[in-house]
Amino acid sequence: MKIIATDRDGKEHILEGRDGWTVMEILRDAGLPITAECGGACACATCHVYVDEEWAAKLPDKSDTETDMLDMALAVEANSRLSCQIICSDALDGIRVTVAPE
Amino acid sequence: MTTPIETDVAIIGAGPIGLFAVFELGLLDLKTHLVDILDRPGGQCTELYPEKPIYDIPGLPVVTGQELTDRLLEQSKPFSPTFHLSQMASGLSRLDDGRWKLTTDAGTEIIAPVVVVAAGGGSFVPKRPPVPGIEGFENISVFYAVRKMEQFRDRDILIAGGGDSALDWTLNLAPIAKSLTLVHHRDGFRAAQHSVNQMRELVEQGKVKFHIASVKGLHGDNGQLQRVTLAGADKKEFQIEANAFLPFFGLTIKLGPIAEFGLNLHENLIPVDTEKFESTTKGIFAIGDINTYAGKLKLILSGFHEAALMAQAAFHICRPNEKLRFQYTTSSSNLQKKLGVA
Ligand SMILES: Cc1cc2nc3c(=O)[nH]c(=O)nc-3n(C[C@H](O)[C@H](O)[C@H](O)COP(=O)(O)OP(=O)(O)OC[C@H]3O[C@@H](n4cnc5c(N)ncnc54)[C@H](O)[C@@H]3O)c2cc1C
Ligand code: FES
Repeated sequence: MKIIATDRDGKEHILEGRDGWTVMEILRDAGLPITAECGGACACATCHVYVDEEWAAKLPDKSDTETDMLDMALAVEANSRLSCQIICSDALDGIRVTVAPE
Repeated sequence: MTTPIETDVAIIGAGPIGLFAVFELGLLDLKTHLVDILDRPGGQCTELYPEKPIYDIPGLPVVTGQELTDRLLEQSKPFSPTFHLSQMASGLSRLDDGRWKLTTDAGTEIIAPVVVVAAGGGSFVPKRPPVPGIEGFENISVFYAVRKMEQFRDRDILIAGGGDSALDWTLNLAPIAKSLTLVHHRDGFRAAQHSVNQMRELVEQGKVKFHIASVKGLHGDNGQLQRVTLAGADKKEFQIEANAFLPFFGLTIKLGPIAEFGLNLHENLIPVDTEKFESTTKGIFAIGDINTYAGKLKLILSGFHEAALMAQAAFHICRPNEKLRFQYTTSSSNLQKKLGVA
């Protein structure tokens, strides 16, 4: 599956997702500026991304922890998600995300 | 001016690795002072995951971040380390006699032959909202913490955030503010329910204004805030009057002043040798998440090992004329005396 990620300078990166890995891990390992301080424990909100509207609807709903943790993210929008909570799978092939500002 | 403190080892960072360093250094009779910007020891373990279980600490099949911290504190207690908490280690310089002087933003000065940087990913600092020009308003009209409530009397206050800090300060400051507006990106909060209820009552009584919105722009001159542009859920922008802005979005990790200490850095990490865990500057050691070497794993257990080896090398710097004796805590009555068990 492919992830199309836009960085903070507006540059697009096409990344190869790995089944079962989180989108945060793929972005981080590709060197995108995702801090992911808590390493994916849904405890820091530094893996904040905007998911393209079209894809946002296809994702599983946020857990209560994710919703709560998003309160600690900056510049939250309706399509905000924590990328450590999005798990790669073929159903998400082509998903577009944008790294949120810091 | 406070008089400088003289000790054997100054440790930057009271995370798990800084705490274990106290123990390893203590066994060798070396006294320690620790500096941490957080108001309690434990670093990432207590700040990011106090309730979460850790499964890979040797000999402890499961322990939470808070429990591990409590146990490390108990273990280092016989050596009575001194903690300088809520202070940023902000300066490091070499004295003529070869020792180091570590200074903090609170004016504490620690003089020691050895400095151990156990600073993790850096210091925990408040998250800064991505609003253009916000730096220029900081500490004049924009504050990330409330130190003196009186400072906010009769001001038009804007608070942003949805956690306990945002709610608590909304409740505490509303009675003394001229006006108080709370903004959050949703009509839900990750704060204690009774605080949320009290806030809603104040909104009903007209004592607090609440908007589902985010802060887009700050306006004013010379750091004096006058108006703020907000964008509502419908993305429509509007302005409100405010001369104090308190954003509460929790903490994040930034390398901070260590970058200015003149140490050799590689991608914000301190390269060390794997014999002593010393940086390329003599007398400055780096252990735990802050260091880098071939094969480094950012794990607590690796940091513990690094602390033990660092302590051996630190001993030779602090006590150049003494010979180090290798002993087990199990069988050495000398070590047991130090631990207060013999
Ligand atoms: C959610 C999560 C789960 C984890 N799970 C595990 C696990 O299961 N097993 C494992 O081994 N590891 C785990 N880790 C990693 C582990 O927590 C770190 O490796 C460990 O905390 C590193 O310890 P440290 O003492 O080096 O640094 P930290 O814990 O980062 O402590 C550094 C301290 O230094 C302070 N500091 C830095 N600069 C300054 C300055 N200039 N002035 C004052 N203070 C300063 C900081 O405020 C901080 O308190 C996990 C981490 C997270 C976030
Ligand atoms: S990595 Fe910390 S919340 Fe996602």
